Amino acid sequence: MPAATNTLETVRSVTEGGYRWGFETAIEQELIPKGLDEAVIRLISAKKEEPAWLLEWRLKAFRAWQSMEEPRWAAVRYPPIDYQNLHYYAAPKQKTRPKSLDEVDPELLRTYEKLGIPLREQEQLAGVAVDAVFDSVSVATTFKEKLAEAGVIFCSFSEAVREHPDLVRRWLGTVVPPSDNYFAALNSAVFSDGSFVFVPKGVRCPMELSTYFRINARNTGQFERTLIVAEEGSYVSYLEGCTAPQRDENQLHAAVVELVALDEATIKYSTVQNWYPGDAKGRGGIYNFVTKRGACRGAKSKISWTQVETGSAITWKYPSCILQGEGSVGEFYSVAITNNRQQADTGTKMIHIGPRTRSTIVSKGISAGEGQNTYRGLVRILPKAQHARNFTQCDSLLIGDRCGAHTVPYIESRNPTARVEHEATTSRIAEDQLFYCRQRGMTEEEAVGLIVNGFAREVLKELPMEFAVEAQKLLAISLEGSVG
Amino acid sequence: MASSRRRPEAGMVEVLDAPAPAASTTVAQLLDRARGLADRLPGARNPAVAAWRARGAETFACQGFPTRREEAWKYTDLALLRETRFEEPILATDITPPLSREGSEPRLVLIDGRVRHDLSAIGGVTAGVAIGSLADALQKQDENTIAGLGRLAPETLPLPALNAALAEDGVVIRLADGVDGGMIHLLSYATARAGHPVAFHPRHLIRLGPGARLVLIEEARGEAEAFAWQNAVSEVLLGPGARLTHIRLLDEPLSAVHTAMIAVRVEEGAEYDSFTLIKGARLTRNEVHAVLSGPRAALHLNGAQLVDGSRHVDTTTVIEHAAPDCASRQTVKTVLAGRARGVFQSKILVHRAAQKTDGYQMNQALLLSPEAEIDAKPQLEIYADDVKCSHGATVGELDHDALFYLRSRGIAEAEAKSLLVQGFLDDAVSLVADPGLREQLQAETVAWWQRVEHGG
Repeated sequence: MPAATNTLETVRSVTEGGYRWGFETAIEQELIPKGLDEAVIRLISAKKEEPAWLLEWRLKAFRAWQSMEEPRWAAVRYPPIDYQNLHYYAAPKQKTRPKSLDEVDPELLRTYEKLGIPLREQEQLAGVAVDAVFDSVSVATTFKEKLAEAGVIFCSFSEAVREHPDLVRRWLGTVVPPSDNYFAALNSAVFSDGSFVFVPKGVRCPMELSTYFRINARNTGQFERTLIVAEEGSYVSYLEGCTAPQRDENQLHAAVVELVALDEATIKYSTVQNWYPGDAKGRGGIYNFVTKRGACRGAKSKISWTQVETGSAITWKYPSCILQGEGSVGEFYSVAITNNRQQADTGTKMIHIGPRTRSTIVSKGISAGEGQNTYRGLVRILPKAQHARNFTQCDSLLIGDRCGAHTVPYIESRNPTARVEHEATTSRIAEDQLFYCRQRGMTEEEAVGLIVNGFAREVLKELPMEFAVEAQKLLAISLEGSVG
Repeated sequence: MASSRRRPEAGMVEVLDAPAPAASTTVAQLLDRARGLADRLPGARNPAVAAWRARGAETFACQGFPTRREEAWKYTDLALLRETRFEEPILATDITPPLSREGSEPRLVLIDGRVRHDLSAIGGVTAGVAIGSLADALQKQDENTIAGLGRLAPETLPLPALNAALAEDGVVIRLADGVDGGMIHLLSYATARAGHPVAFHPRHLIRLGPGARLVLIEEARGEAEAFAWQNAVSEVLLGPGARLTHIRLLDEPLSAVHTAMIAVRVEEGAEYDSFTLIKGARLTRNEVHAVLSGPRAALHLNGAQLVDGSRHVDTTTVIEHAAPDCASRQTVKTVLAGRARGVFQSKILVHRAAQKTDGYQMNQALLLSPEAEIDAKPQLEIYADDVKCSHGATVGELDHDALFYLRSRGIAEAEAKSLLVQGFLDDAVSLVADPGLREQLQAETVAWWQRVEHGG
């Protein structure tokens, strides 16, 4: 994807300063008033012309949320969030729904262009189908026809509710129930849009699917919801990217992603998360409180999560796999960087239910500045998971003496035939490696960039190629100012 | 920026069937006893001791027994304690605990938590070694002893706090600077009275002056059927350059409950080298909190948990690196048979000042039965950058290939299994340097395996 490889250069020329995606788009916004109660949920539902069952579903989630407490167990600190002081719906003003890209507000298209996602270009380039979500609503989905030919449904969540209500109703909330946890319940109550993917039996999705999330409006929370269903024997690779303007206040992002893989289906889900991380003093930045979970329902199904987490002031995220189908496979590859005052508490859960299920976890945490980086993961082997297998490796790299790197793995096994292996290391960049690079004429920052990329290589190689290139550059940029 | 306070509560791993913290009658009884005994416990007339006990009682009154809602107790349920009505141990008269060691080293025997001079033999201690009972020291209002109470133990935690409230006796060992104390043997023995569960809370204070050395063997045993809950706290202070080898063998009857807190402070250049073998009691919580407080201190926390039947064994350790150039090593092996449950939680915490830390942790579990369960949580929390820390954990069953190999060489299946289990444990047991002690521990593991194999 040339668009992606150009991202950094494009954006560099557009903005100055550390975070290069921090601009704000001047566009007319439709905001509903701040605050959260049943009326707001009814309003969101009405705006989206939703069926009654979905409104009921939201209200049920809202009632559950009201009785829940915000989780406090993660190793992150932040002042209390005032949930009544947020807008729960923000949308670019538009009279009618755009039928094609030509009808999309040109200002919006320019925004995505600045971000390196020229939607138009992609219609011509054989590449990636993109669904772009701006604040609360999906603004454009490219390559729809071509996907439709293959029988793949890829559209915004609202559209799926209108066009494919049965599919949505059948799968929504089956992996992450509405009252699963505090943030998932909040999302279930107020989610405004997101992406929906359905890959029918036996279909190999002809191209990479991609969603681009952008928070623009001030004082809004973004609550998107993604649902991907891969039927028997199908394959889909999906990538999400995210950015937000640079602001002094914190913004909340509480998304839910649900994946379902039936017999022999494979879902590959890649994330390059680059929400605004706040400034060097820890002002501003996104609170990224996300629930991502995949269910390997079918035999020999496979779900693979790859994430590159460079942004957000706080990350709270545990993409997980429920390995039900016999011989199903779960994978989690993660690189998380925390610099300045960023805090990340991220990891995965691998729940082995079915026999011969396998999982692999590779987590690379990099802490710099005053960043705090925690890997938190669970591997649970249930009694029926005969011959289950897990391998976990989590490595932490420390740059500077004011940061922290933490590893909190939980291993629970109730089947003797299962094998679980876990390895973790923490170290800093070796002086001799740095010296070697410096001696060959690299600057210290270049040398750190090179070494960090080597450290993260096992994960980066899991990304679709074009994104891997972008991710590598992102790693180097995120660490700027951390040495010297 | 007002940071939100972190409270102890269930983490990302949801805890099912965890009861809400409820007022337990046992808690009330224990507190009643603390009040009732306040004037009679040794040292009661000393205001510092009385205040220390009162603080302990207050902490325990606030917290009660920990529940599985608390992160540190996620995998271990104390319902058994919460629901039992414990009695005061009565003074056993005609008792001679069987000895597992024939060694000539000084021996101190505790029956139901009380030091028994009549059964002990501490005549032959080296000059510069003081060894005695906590009760005696407190009666005499010994300043050193009083100053040491609660100095190292984390008495904000409920069980050590309860110990402070009710500790009646224990062992005080003090070594003067540079003294080599040789070997000392402590035997804690529980007696049985059918239908009368007893609880006791020994407090041990062990202090080695700069450069002193000691090998301390601590054994916990008891009469069959003794339903005794031993809630022990040891405070171990190692002065600069001191070295303590601490071998613990917990082999209580299957009716017993053992909760232990070993609080260790290792000063500059000192070394704490411990091995804990747990093979008895229906419920064991073995907790160690060690602080490496001076540069170049070293720590070895090794052990083996042998768990069979429906026993539950939990080893929880916190290793705190608070000074530069320190090293910690931990190898813990767990073998589980029957419906046993094993827990291993360990945290290495490296403070910002602790540059050049070298931390290593390995825990491995062997599951021999489809009904057994292991839960492990090896944790690193690191705030210094120039460190080398790693941990490894594995869970699995006996290697079929190795078993086949041995069988194909004519070794009977039972023997082949025994060899493999012993081999698995040997990685840890072989870390015990003293050959005599190592052999004794190996014999204990073999005996345990025979019990498992023959259902004895």
